[in-house]
This record gives sequence, C-alpha cells and structure tokens, in this order.
Amino acid sequence: MGWRGDERGRKCGSRVRNPDDVSVKPPPFKYARPESLDEVLRILSEYNGEARVLAGGQSLIPLLNFRLARPQVLVDIALVRELRQLEVERGVLRVGAAVTQNTVERSSDVARLCPLLTKALPFVGHVQNRVRGTVVGSIAHADPAAEMPAVALALQATMVARSAAGVRKIPADQFFLGPFTTALKPDEMLVEVRFPTSRKTRAAVTEVAPRSGDFAVAGVAGKLVTTRAGKARDVALALFGVGGSPQRLHDVEARLAGQRITGDLLDQVAALASHNARADSEDVHADAGYRAHVSGVLVRRAVEEMTR
Amino acid sequence: MKPVPEPTRRLPLSMTVNGRPIELMVDARKLLADVLREDLGLTGTHIGCEQGVCGACTVLVDGRPVRSCIMLGVQADGCDVTTVEGITPREGLNPMQQAFKDHHGLQCGFCTPGFLMTLAGVTPQEFPDEESIRELLSGNLCRCTGYEGIVVAVMAAWGRDR
Ligand code: FES
Ligand code: FES
Repeated sequence: MGWRGDERGRKCGSRVRNPDDVSVKPPPFKYARPESLDEVLRILSEYNGEARVLAGGQSLIPLLNFRLARPQVLVDIALVRELRQLEVERGVLRVGAAVTQNTVERSSDVARLCPLLTKALPFVGHVQNRVRGTVVGSIAHADPAAEMPAVALALQATMVARSAAGVRKIPADQFFLGPFTTALKPDEMLVEVRFPTSRKTRAAVTEVAPRSGDFAVAGVAGKLVTTRAGKARDVALALFGVGGSPQRLHDVEARLAGQRITGDLLDQVAALASHNARADSEDVHADAGYRAHVSGVLVRRAVEEMTR
Repeated sequence: MKPVPEPTRRLPLSMTVNGRPIELMVDARKLLADVLREDLGLTGTHIGCEQGVCGACTVLVDGRPVRSCIMLGVQADGCDVTTVEGITPREGLNPMQQAFKDHHGLQCGFCTPGFLMTLAGVTPQEFPDEESIRELLSGNLCRCTGYEGIVVAVMAAWGRDR
C-alpha cells in the first residue's frame, strides 16, 4: 500500500496552520444523504460501481483511511426510514440495512426468537463499534473473519438485494463468494436480511481470538433443537475465520442429527470438523493447520454448550 | 440531521459539541476526530491508530461511545457530541478522573480521554463485576499501565470492592 499523502501536500508531522488546509485521511469523495431508498438506488445506478453505501462505516471508513477504497461517492443511509425496520413478520425476523448491531443485541424479541444473533453480537468488535455498525453492513462487507456472515449462513437467512432495476432474493449459501466478495452487483445494495425464527432453538458461538473484540482466528456459529427424547435435530454449524468465506459443516450436522449427544460422538464430530474445515487463511496469529484443528475443538464446545 | 440529496464534496455541518451549538462547513471526507481537533480546537480527543482499533479517539455521540476516527464529521450532523473537555468540571476533576489519578490509572495519559469517554457512555449497572468491566475496557488500548490501575480506578469510582 503506497502512502501518497493528500493532494494538498501536507507532510507528516507538519503543523496545520490554516484550518481550511485540512489534514484529511480518506481520499476525496462526494457525499449524499438522501431520505428515500429510491434516491439511494438512483445514485448507485448513476455511478455504477463507483458509489458505495455508507451505513455504520465501521469497516468502510478504516478502508478509506488506508485508501484501500476510493469510491467516487458515498451514499449515507442514515436518513432512510424504510431501512430501519427490525420486526418479526410471519416467523421471519427482518433486519433493515440501517439497524445497528447494538439495537439488535438489546432486542428481547431477537433474544427469544433468533438467539444465535444475540449470542454472536457481543463478539462483533467492541461496544464503540456496535453502537454504529450494522448487522446488514457486516454481512455485505463479507469479512472472512466476521461473525455475522456465519450467522446468516447457519440460519439460512435470505438476503434482499435492491437496485434501481428491481429486487433479488439471494439465499445465504449463494451469497458469500470469497473474501470481501458477495453476489451483490455493483449497482445493488443489501437492503434487508431475513432470518428464520424459532422458539425452540438453542444457539452457541465459540471462537478463538487474540483478544476480546478482535477478529477471530477461528470461530463457530451453531444452532440446534433438542427433542424431548434428548436427540439433536435441525443442526446447523458454520465456521468463520478459517477460510475465505464462512462454511457450513454439512457432514458434521448430518452426523449429529437424530443422535443423543455423548462424549464419543463429540470426539467423532470434532475430528470430522477438523478434517472437513477448508482452512486456507494464514496470518501472524495462526497457520492453516492450527485453524483446522481448532475448528474441531470449537465445534465440540459449541455443541456441548447447546446440549448442556 | 438534514438531507443531502445530491452528492457533494463540501457541506454544512451543524451539531452540538459539549452543549454548544456549532455550525461549520466541512469537507465530506473529514473525520469527526479531525473536525473536533482542528476546526474546534478540542485536542483532548486523541488519535492513536486512525483505524478504529485503539479507542483513544472515543467520544460520545448522542450519549453513546463511538470511535471518532472512523466516523465522518458529516455523519454527526444534528447530533449531540461530547468530548473529554465536556465531562471535565471547570475546577478540578470529575469522580472518574479523580479515581484514575488516585489509583495510577494513567502514566503518559495518551489513552486516558478514550477510556474516560467509554466509561462516560455506559451505565455502571450493566457491568456488575470485574470481568465485565475488563471486557468493556477491552475496546481501549493502553501501552503504559498494564490496565491494572485502570481497572482498580473504575472499581473504586463505581463503588465496587475488590
Ligand atoms: S484513533 Fe480512533 S480508534 Fe485509534
Ligand atoms: S497511560 Fe500511556 S497509553 Fe495509557
């Protein structure tokens, strides 16, 4: 990443004398803050691919500060009322693009009907991030180490994408294409995510991170229902931080379905999860082998927590 | 917050800062931290990492703690912003500041405004024990104290036994 300074030639460490001679970090862009979704979509289509949606900014603004993103236009959705809905309608939790993580985290309806979201949110950054960051924005950003995409995948959420041309509904398992890459087209925005709800579901999130609030080296978002007979059903497990996108562990889920959870079974699924994890992320914190190994450990802990 | 229907580079920003109404023209790309420090001279808000990691730039926006280095000034339009200057009494220190002083909650002091603002933006009841306080403070980095003095200060200020 080359550092070019800003075009007014401010040197590092020099004093800013004239307050207009601003020491800006993000590259130049134009900013709009429309009141309606139609206006947002119009700007996105007008600048096809060169405009970015600004919600909480907790991922986008660091990228601007680093000048890794250089959009021509930022469209702030703070004033768009129709993107602020957080409601349960016919068994589906609808979260609009402008709803903050903190709002969702504090909702008692969400805790009752979609406990995996409530369990995962405290792991997302720190409180200072969640006050501004949005659930939908985190999903659209598709950071491989982020919790929200894995939650969406585990719950088989439906992504509602809009553009000036119309609406598309994309299932979560077709949405995440790779690191920071989704099925959204350049002129589309993710306006809403629909999470299926259930009163009986148990949920767990387990992760290994260098510090609380840091991005996970590896993590698991899971849910299941325990039947009266003590058997597991409706099991879903998704890994994050391990590879380029969140990944469902279908074989592990199938191994657990209909079973009573025993120590032996937990050993088996932990081994299977480590074996099946497509670990291709490597960084200073952990290599791929460690990530694969710890995936199994985390699956075991998650299932234990959900069946305790 | 006023609508801005057409994309523009420079626009008016009106907000309340430490109880004072402020109106100014800013570049859309100017970070809130820089508006506070450069345009308003409120240099108590420190900038450490400029990427949302260290928490030194924490201020309150409508009463909640946010990182002002990853928020644009224009996103605070119509908001009520409080900086460390706004929680400091004219004479002396507020109880949390005094507790930091009494319990060695700071050495160089660079991180201190961020810690104070995080603490000013939460309700103590939500953090009943030391572990939850440590979790809360994990969003602010301190390179000097080893955190021990900070935790002791918060426990003391919130009337907790340790
Ligand atoms: S300067 Fe804002 S978080 Fe570090
Ligand atoms: S007192 Fe120096 S960084 Fe915290």
